[in-house]
Amino acid sequence: MQNNSIQVKGLQKSYKQLNVLKGVDFEVEKGSIFALLGSNGSGKTTIVKILTTLLKQDSGTAVVNGLDVLAKPANVRQSISLTGQFAAVDEILTGRENLIMIARLRHLSNPRQVADDLLNRFGLTDAAHRRASTYSGGMRRRLDIAMSLAGRSPIIFLDEPTTGLDPEARIEVWKMVRELATNGTTVFLTTQYLDEAEQLADQIAILHEGRIIVSGTLADLKKLFPPAQVEYIEKQPTLEDIFLAIIGKKEKN
Amino acid sequence: METIKNYFFSDMGVMLGRSMRHIFRSLDTIITVTIMPIAMMLLFVYVLGGAIQTGTSNYVDYLLPGILLIAIANSVGYTSYRLFTDVQRGIFERFNSMPIARSAALWGHVLTSLVSNAISLVVIILVALLMGFRSPAGILSWLAVAGILALFSLTLTWIAAIAGLSAKSVDGAGVIAYPIHFLPLISSAFVPTRTMPSGVRAFAEYQPVTPIVETIRALLSNQPVGNEIWIALAWCVGISCIAYIFAMRVYKKRG
Ligand SMILES: Nc1ncnc2c1ncn2[C@@H]1O[C@H](COP(=O)(O)OP(=O)(O)O)[C@@H](O)[C@H]1O
Ligand SMILES: [Mg+2]
Repeated sequence: MQNNSIQVKGLQKSYKQLNVLKGVDFEVEKGSIFALLGSNGSGKTTIVKILTTLLKQDSGTAVVNGLDVLAKPANVRQSISLTGQFAAVDEILTGRENLIMIARLRHLSNPRQVADDLLNRFGLTDAAHRRASTYSGGMRRRLDIAMSLAGRSPIIFLDEPTTGLDPEARIEVWKMVRELATNGTTVFLTTQYLDEAEQLADQIAILHEGRIIVSGTLADLKKLFPPAQVEYIEKQPTLEDIFLAIIGKKEKN
Repeated sequence: METIKNYFFSDMGVMLGRSMRHIFRSLDTIITVTIMPIAMMLLFVYVLGGAIQTGTSNYVDYLLPGILLIAIANSVGYTSYRLFTDVQRGIFERFNSMPIARSAALWGHVLTSLVSNAISLVVIILVALLMGFRSPAGILSWLAVAGILALFSLTLTWIAAIAGLSAKSVDGAGVIAYPIHFLPLISSAFVPTRTMPSGVRAFAEYQPVTPIVETIRALLSNQPVGNEIWIALAWCVGISCIAYIFAMRVYKKRG
């Protein structure tokens, strides 16, 4: 078995005139948390959609769980779970009904039990019988992620899981992501927040103007940065500094 | 692929259960699709019926086929609304990233439309019976009526699917309902077309709803259906096929 859950090579995608991905390459190790970092409109969602078989690339290859997304989309769907950028919950159903629906669609043997376990794990037991339309943003996101966990897919995609959440809800999501990874699930997440990537990810890739301009572990990325600056206080570079430094260099070239 | 195919019907069953819940939890839908046609039937029979000369002894008998079509027409706006919200909220995206047959979600909505219409039509017919509707039709004629109503539902549902899947806004998704609401009104559903001014009459006689109404009326009163049934079927099958092709095309593009 290969050690990579996801391999992407030379991925290109345009929407009519707009050339969004110009040759994206990266690999995601099995069981790791991978953060795709990029500003708004850089093409993160486009990559997620290609990897989850919702969109076809113009060229390049994408292999998920050893399966090519173009050649074996149905098999890829068996190994993944997607939590899209905007919470995709059924607002008219209750939280419990939402989870039961997904468990049934995944053909699990005991949908009610699966739903109750997830409600419990995500702190939604008290709200289980309320319609999702009455949930707060944080609760909705939790339900959304819980829905993705029904069925224990080996690879989970989270597209900007914390955008629009208050700090408390954000920390809860981080906790869940870490739990997932300790259980051996591969987590692919996108984010606009440098600190989020810094907090969570084993591997980070920065998407900028259609390409991955840098990737590696946080330690690798820190090495790219010029040695600690001599200031009145010695300061460790944050990812933000690295990001800005790299972008700045690129723009000068 | 094998396993996915095997689950098509159970997946569609889950989708059906889901959108039937949507309908039962939406008072608005129930009122527009079931209560409003009943109110119209009461109004026409008890307020206007005395002044309308149809040549039948019992105006409810004349009116019922048109009322049934109105109930179906009223439901299409909701079908396209439900599809639109599923696209908008990313629900279809979620389903499409799961190991489910791609068309199960769409067929779930279509089936919902057929099942919910069947329920509301049965309720309306029961009310009509209370109001004095009587039919000498046998079981075969009733089956034929059911078939034509199902086909009419299916036709309008596929049109609604195009609107719901391609709309940019909620209002856009609902707009399709207006022209469809008017078709039964300008047909022989309420009054015979011979009483209409010539321009309107020409439209009323050649639009699809009139042959459908005439066929159902003939079947329910044990009269010969003549050519009307073939014209009615041709309209429904023709429009269904075209709408189906376009709806599938939009669905694939969206999904
Ligand atoms: N369906 C589409 N049609 C045309 N342009 C699109 C479409 N989807 C995304 N885009 C454009 O492609 C770019 C990348 O979008 P996206 O992948 O959503 O970025 P991100 O998720 O990083 O914010 C944006 O400029 C966006 O406007
Ligand atoms: Mg995005």
